[in-house]
Amino acid sequence: MKDNDSNYQVFVVNSAKYLTLTTKKFDNRKKWQRLDPNEIRSFIPGSIVDVFAKPGQSLKAGEVILVLDAMKMYTRVTMPHDGVIKTIEVAKGDRIPKNTLMATIE
Amino acid sequence: MSFKRNILDLRKRKKEAQQGGGEAAIEKQVAMGKKTARERIKAILDENSFHEYDLFVEHTGRDFNMENKVLHGDGVIIGTGTMYNQPVAIYAQDFTVAGGSLGLMHARKITKIMDHALKMRVPLIGINDSGGARIQEGVNSLAGYGEIFYRNTNASGVIPQISVILGPCAGGAVYSPALTDFVFVVENISKMFITGPGVIKTVLGEEITMEELGGAMVHSEITGNAHFFAKSEDECFEQIKKLITFIPWNNSEKALKFPVQEPLLKKSIEEIVPSDPHHPYDIRDIIKAVTDGSDFFEIMEYFARNIVIGFGRIQGNTIGFVANQPMYLAGVLDCDSSDKAARFIRYCDAFNIPIVTLEDMPGYLPGVDQEHAGVIRHGAKLLYAYSEATVPKVTVIIRKAYGGGYIAMNSRHLGADFVFAWPTAEIAVMGPEGAANIVFKKEIDEAENPAEMRKQKIQEYKDKFANPFVAASKGYIDEVIEPSETRARLIHSLEVSGSKVDTRPSKKHGIPPF
Repeated sequence: MKDNDSNYQVFVVNSAKYLTLTTKKFDNRKKWQRLDPNEIRSFIPGSIVDVFAKPGQSLKAGEVILVLDAMKMYTRVTMPHDGVIKTIEVAKGDRIPKNTLMATIE
Repeated sequence: MSFKRNILDLRKRKKEAQQGGGEAAIEKQVAMGKKTARERIKAILDENSFHEYDLFVEHTGRDFNMENKVLHGDGVIIGTGTMYNQPVAIYAQDFTVAGGSLGLMHARKITKIMDHALKMRVPLIGINDSGGARIQEGVNSLAGYGEIFYRNTNASGVIPQISVILGPCAGGAVYSPALTDFVFVVENISKMFITGPGVIKTVLGEEITMEELGGAMVHSEITGNAHFFAKSEDECFEQIKKLITFIPWNNSEKALKFPVQEPLLKKSIEEIVPSDPHHPYDIRDIIKAVTDGSDFFEIMEYFARNIVIGFGRIQGNTIGFVANQPMYLAGVLDCDSSDKAARFIRYCDAFNIPIVTLEDMPGYLPGVDQEHAGVIRHGAKLLYAYSEATVPKVTVIIRKAYGGGYIAMNSRHLGADFVFAWPTAEIAVMGPEGAANIVFKKEIDEAENPAEMRKQKIQEYKDKFANPFVAASKGYIDEVIEPSETRARLIHSLEVSGSKVDTRPSKKHGIPPF
């Protein structure tokens, strides 16, 4: 135990401080960030089948921005709310990982 | 007459105790957009059916000046009443009395009504609206929580337990709802978390509002703690009243049978599914095409939307539906959808509700985040739940049934009683694209035009294997049916399974992967 002393970190639980080791999973945890409703990100890895919207185009909630082919399925990516397309970050044929920025709205 | 004096005295005492925290506190409650505990009970139960117990219970706090305080009913109302003329037990925490905080006697009242509910084999409804443990009562309030959790666990699978979160429910208090079968939340009113935003900010520096941390939508969409989301308390009460029509009163009964209704079809069932297997559709339309009156009561609508669970009726009997949803994430299985479906299957099994599985599923979601999140462990829950269930289990394969997902979605191999497939079904060890790459690797690599050869081999594989007839030839599928026959086949197979007896080896309990 003694050899490890230098690795102990201060850990606060219910206003009290404790010396302890942390786990790899804890150290690598992602900090929570507020989702930006104006950023359209991929929720699943896949490829872009078609892009329907153009920058500057004004669309209503539910209208299709683009189609993503993921897990053998053409999934329509739609407007979360009424707005104007600011940018389109992907093109037809692009292969993208999860959480890729595909379009922005203003 | 002295008798009359006693009665008048009782009335006066009752009136005073029924005021809870008094007018000012009630005004505050109403200003937050909330109903009082008594109004809530009244709204859920049949008219004039509520009978209260323990109105005159007093708290036992003797420290920190608590001995001088009067807390009417100790911040909780308990009683019994009826819903659709069937008896139920109910409790409601009263936020107007010391913030609905839980002390020893408060907990004793709750455990009393829980014991009644379990003994009488009637559903238990708990309305949570509490600031948490009554700190002044120290370890006594912890004892109270523990005794509630213990009873929640004992009652689990015996009587339906419904939790309604209509205010804060923080710290240890959250574990009672978490142990119950169905959790109802209301936008802007329900708040559930272990540690609040304040603590999170000081310790971790993460800034977040209460609604973002543990609001109704967060628990409906992200954590999966809540099963039903409503925009108002009234909508929430309607949901409770609807849910209760689908479930039996205890685990030795069956759900009430309703008059049979034909589905209200707007178009034929095969028109719902696009002919191109790459195109999505709403699986709920298929469910509605086979249920009585096209009524489908969805559970956990917003969480893991790639799988749909809920109740409907076929020939008047309650059925639990589990269905892949191609409209979201292509209908894949993943950690959350496996977890969601597995628990629902165990609910149906515990309460004698037959399970109908509709399958259109391309496989498990690939990705580092899934693997590291434990998709092996979570996915195993689904296999376990289906294998363990002894209620009638019927599967209809609509389109894709590939790989491990085919096994998991109530396949014959996990004990399905009847398995049907539409002619559009693709039952294979993996999708044609992937399979061709492996099986015909040599041919493709050695071809003059590998891309062309690959295309050809994919088609070859598709023609040969991506259909229901290979599985049907082995008897893994009982019958390939026309889509329009689906309801009739379900009706008959459920009728045939009406007195199903299926046993498992005797054991204390299994060890499911949770």
